[in-house]
Amino acid sequence: MRSIGWLRVPLLLTYAFLYIPIAVVVVMSFNASKMPFNWTGLSLKWYGALFHDEVIREGFTNTMIVAVGATVIATILGTLLAIGLSRYTKSAILQAYALTPAIVPDLALAIGLLVMFSFVGMTVGLHSVLLAHVVFGLAFVAAVVTARIGQVDPSLEEASQDLGASAWSTFFRITVPTLLPAIVAGALLVFTLSLDEFVIAFFTDGPSTPTLPIVIYSMVRFGVTPEINALAAILLLVSFTVVIAAQRMTRPRDLT
Amino acid sequence: MPVVHGSGARRRRTRASRAIYLGPGLLYITLFMAIPMGFILSYAFLEKAPYGGVRLSFSLDSFTRALEPVYVSVLENTLLIASITTLLALVIGYPVAYAIAKLPPKWRTVAVILVVLPFWSNFLIRTYAWILLLNSEGIMNKGLLAVGVIDHPLALLYTREAVILGLLYAYLPLMILPLYASMERLDWSLLEAARNLGAGRARAFVDVTFPLTLPAAMIGAIFVFVPSVGNFIVPELLGGGKTVMVGNLVRDQFLKARDWPFGSVLALTMVGFLVLLFAVQGYVARRINIGDSRA
Repeated sequence: MRSIGWLRVPLLLTYAFLYIPIAVVVVMSFNASKMPFNWTGLSLKWYGALFHDEVIREGFTNTMIVAVGATVIATILGTLLAIGLSRYTKSAILQAYALTPAIVPDLALAIGLLVMFSFVGMTVGLHSVLLAHVVFGLAFVAAVVTARIGQVDPSLEEASQDLGASAWSTFFRITVPTLLPAIVAGALLVFTLSLDEFVIAFFTDGPSTPTLPIVIYSMVRFGVTPEINALAAILLLVSFTVVIAAQRMTRPRDLT
Repeated sequence: MPVVHGSGARRRRTRASRAIYLGPGLLYITLFMAIPMGFILSYAFLEKAPYGGVRLSFSLDSFTRALEPVYVSVLENTLLIASITTLLALVIGYPVAYAIAKLPPKWRTVAVILVVLPFWSNFLIRTYAWILLLNSEGIMNKGLLAVGVIDHPLALLYTREAVILGLLYAYLPLMILPLYASMERLDWSLLEAARNLGAGRARAFVDVTFPLTLPAAMIGAIFVFVPSVGNFIVPELLGGGKTVMVGNLVRDQFLKARDWPFGSVLALTMVGFLVLLFAVQGYVARRINIGDSRA
């Protein structure tokens, strides 16, 4: 291993900074004590309590509806857009436009959508959160898939069409399979983004269908409880697993 | 790129494909991002109605209201906090990105994933973790008391420092990532050349490495600064409502005070910062002329 000398000090300190808070939450989730700051022994009871908490269960269901729906729609739209951007236009403006939803401040997007929904008189609820999550989701999918298309040879598709395959069968038998790892990675990223997204959901959701992050927000505002620690540990595990899976999908060695 | 010099049928097919591929996504972005942004822009120039919403008459009241001393001081406070956060992120992120870029290739990927991973987890939970750490009965105070550094718990939570810490924790990966990307592609032979020509380490850094990584540092700074300005969760949870930032004002205008035009003006300032900073970044990147402003 080549030595990075004194640079290992800031590197290791930064990892400590990034992971110690997370580790503390996870460790405390196994704490038997109801007092959040006193360790009295190992227990899984807060995980049990989670599953019996009606509000959290409902929040979880709502979040899954939004995340799955947003992922499906954003993946389809984002993939088509990525192909269109890299094969059918050279416009840098369109490419930048397609990425803006991922860069625009979430609070600005959130209130913009709130204002628009209320202007057209649309009722808000899970459907409006879903519509909102698709817009940044499709930008992420488009970015991930575009990166992959750059490495794929377009002559395969041309050959397929020249040999008489319809545009339809070329798309499903050549384009989609070669891009599949990137499409799956993009979908996984949208799923975890939607699962954890709070600001936009907070402004575009209706009062009777809170998503899980909204439930968490109302819980943490009133202080520390052992149940939050358990919920946090589960969500961290889900996000980390999904992101690592997405990363493995886009590893260079997967290239055809 | 499909070949288009073929038959007319083929050209028509290309045009149809273009519409099928590009149409739905661009239409969706227009409907659910561009038009909502247009709404904010228009609402900023309208008069507020008594119970939320607007009256359709032109007014600059919301802009003049934003210039009242109360709001100017919130803006100043926000800019100060976001600037300190960005500066700290740069000072910490730069050597970290440099260290990762210098690692052997097989370690680099792991090292980068470790930096990015926390960023993909729930924001509220990452902020909440600091309540556990900073609380008067929290780990930090307990540790310091046990060691005997302090004899009574420090008020760490609900301070401006806690807000800065929370923002830094949230957005540090966004600084490291672009910096690493540019350092990984850095032409290290330039640095060697500088050293061979007699430049010292410091001189080589100032004249070669720093200018080449400056565009990326600016991208990182934008990625940390802009969301810090618009964040209302960290000031609320770690600042305890004592630290009011622009994000809190925006939220309150939409959910409590119901002054949507004023909230729109405040939100526009956030978008304005984003656009302005990207413009500056683009200019600097072109001046440095490494042919890659995305670095």
